[in-house]
Amino acid sequence: MYRSQKLALRYFTASATLFGVMVIAGLLSATYYVFPHFLFGIFNFNMSKILHIDTLIIWLLMGFFGSVYWFLPKELNRELEGIRLGEIMFWVFCAAVAVVAAIFIFVQYGPGDETSLWLINQGRKYVEAPRWAAIGIVLIVLTFAYNVIGTAIKARRMTGILWVLILDLIPLTLLYLDAFPAQTNISHDLYWWWWLVHMWVEATWEVLIGCIMAWALMELLGTSRRIVETWLYIEVMLVLGTGILGLGHHYFWIGTPRYWLSIGGFFSALEPLPLLGMVVHAIYDAGTHHMQTTNKPAFYWLLAEAFGNFIGAGVWGFMMTLPQINLYSHGTQWTVSHGHFAFWGAYACGVIAVFYLAAQRSRGLNMVDNRSWKWGFGLLNFGMVGMVGALLIAGIAQAFFERAEGGSTLQAFVVAQSNPWFEMGMYSRLAFGFIFAAGYTVLMYDLLTVGKRAPAVAAQSVAA
Amino acid sequence: MDLQDPAFWRAGAISTTLVMLVVLIFLTIDSLAVSRAGGSHVPDYTVINHQIGYRYDWSRREDVPVIGGDQPLFGKTWTEPEARALMQEGKLVIQSRACMDCHTFFGNGAYYAPDLTKAWLDPAWQQIWMPMTGAKTQEDAMVDFLMHPERYPTWNREMPNLHISEPEARAVVAYLKWMSAIDTNGFPANFGKLSIQH
Repeated sequence: MYRSQKLALRYFTASATLFGVMVIAGLLSATYYVFPHFLFGIFNFNMSKILHIDTLIIWLLMGFFGSVYWFLPKELNRELEGIRLGEIMFWVFCAAVAVVAAIFIFVQYGPGDETSLWLINQGRKYVEAPRWAAIGIVLIVLTFAYNVIGTAIKARRMTGILWVLILDLIPLTLLYLDAFPAQTNISHDLYWWWWLVHMWVEATWEVLIGCIMAWALMELLGTSRRIVETWLYIEVMLVLGTGILGLGHHYFWIGTPRYWLSIGGFFSALEPLPLLGMVVHAIYDAGTHHMQTTNKPAFYWLLAEAFGNFIGAGVWGFMMTLPQINLYSHGTQWTVSHGHFAFWGAYACGVIAVFYLAAQRSRGLNMVDNRSWKWGFGLLNFGMVGMVGALLIAGIAQAFFERAEGGSTLQAFVVAQSNPWFEMGMYSRLAFGFIFAAGYTVLMYDLLTVGKRAPAVAAQSVAA
Repeated sequence: MDLQDPAFWRAGAISTTLVMLVVLIFLTIDSLAVSRAGGSHVPDYTVINHQIGYRYDWSRREDVPVIGGDQPLFGKTWTEPEARALMQEGKLVIQSRACMDCHTFFGNGAYYAPDLTKAWLDPAWQQIWMPMTGAKTQEDAMVDFLMHPERYPTWNREMPNLHISEPEARAVVAYLKWMSAIDTNGFPANFGKLSIQH
């Protein structure tokens, strides 16, 4: 095993751990809706929410980094350039995450000045981490880029996937620089904030996970490089062709010109297209291989990725993206429903698939298939679909009673939040959240023990 | 043209991306001009010295902000530099207390507490908080509430005390007043026109 693959395993461990923290913070956040006085004044909703969404970003980012560190040495048949620096930055990353989490839990906020933004909390959704930590993330991403680009240069070899990955690292790094400014004008603030949030999540991350999925398909199913790279280019063309101006669906109501209603509506309506392409590809691959593979969990998680991405990001996004609907659905639990489904389908399932691939290879297993992965897969997806459904019902009630009928005043907000459909949605979301958490527990158990429970797991060690 | 050839799709990916990026850059230049303070959609910060309304515009078929006559804030008419400094402080308070992780601004943020896009125009300040706080003006009632939210609970989901000082609370109130004058293309619709009773 390459040193960078050992680093990848460390990244996967950290990523899976933060996945767990995200689940706990998610359960906590859901609890406040049902029991509003829970931890009130001690650890308020906003801090729980910050932990939930920031760990979401970090566990996925660590999962992506780990995936690239896992596949890249095999792609180029050599150790990564600057691996020592990469290893150091991994520990810097972990330490920074721990310190920021401690600040969020124990300090929480400071006075309204620049010092608070530098040291405690920037208060911008998804990028709340104080500036010192944001600088750390930039350095970590730069190190990652150096590892990738430096290795390609040393190897004197480039592949199509690697080209796409390297070009993608440029906007991935540059866009994160938008995590620093505190602009007084909120319209400008949100304008650039969406460049970061949308262009990461609906553009550069989609391309990054596309590269990772391309490597995963070659390893898992032996798909030819020509086919995989062709699909990757098509995906990049469609993702960026629709997603760059699809950014406009965030510019409907923030003080920007009216033309964004047409441009954002049109292009974001097309955004499901590349995701549909992934579904077509997944069905084709599944049929070609008659659902047979040496790593069933990885294969099923890849399928879940394709379908989840299309339904969660594509269909759920399309449902609320046209401005005529968005005027009422915007800023409700409907958005939360879409957000959960989209992140799960577009990224989480793909990262879990790579966890299983790495577990198989690092433990030298011929075959990975057992009962516990099925329980993990079933509980996690059932829990997620249940949460998404509950949030959708609550969100539609909110769109109707708060936005359409109530006119979005404080009183309309309270009326909508007290509506039985909304309250039922919140209780159901919490219940399904516990099912999801049970699924996470089983997933971790399976990942930690797969190949170590032979012969019950039908896993055979490959002779070294 | 060989559709099986990856090079064909690579060229498509590069050209599509570049075209979209160029279009986005042009639109961004225009959008930033329109949405600068003093642009056609976003008022100058001194709008806090005026009455602000939100009415349905039949020509646009949506609700638009209406800037009215003089209405000093905290009994004072703010100069442009003063108003700018006040807004800067207000925004820093909003960020430092992570308001966006409970509330939404223009529908963006968390969804646990009310949207603040048109908060200044909310009838609840005059109907509920002015009588509760005993304040003579809406802005004073808002400041009192922001500093001591635990004294004025109106629902089982309360706002926590975030130790907002009086100058900070004043800055936030001014910020909310300015924000309510931004033209948001009709969002939220029908604000304050329909009243659902408990």
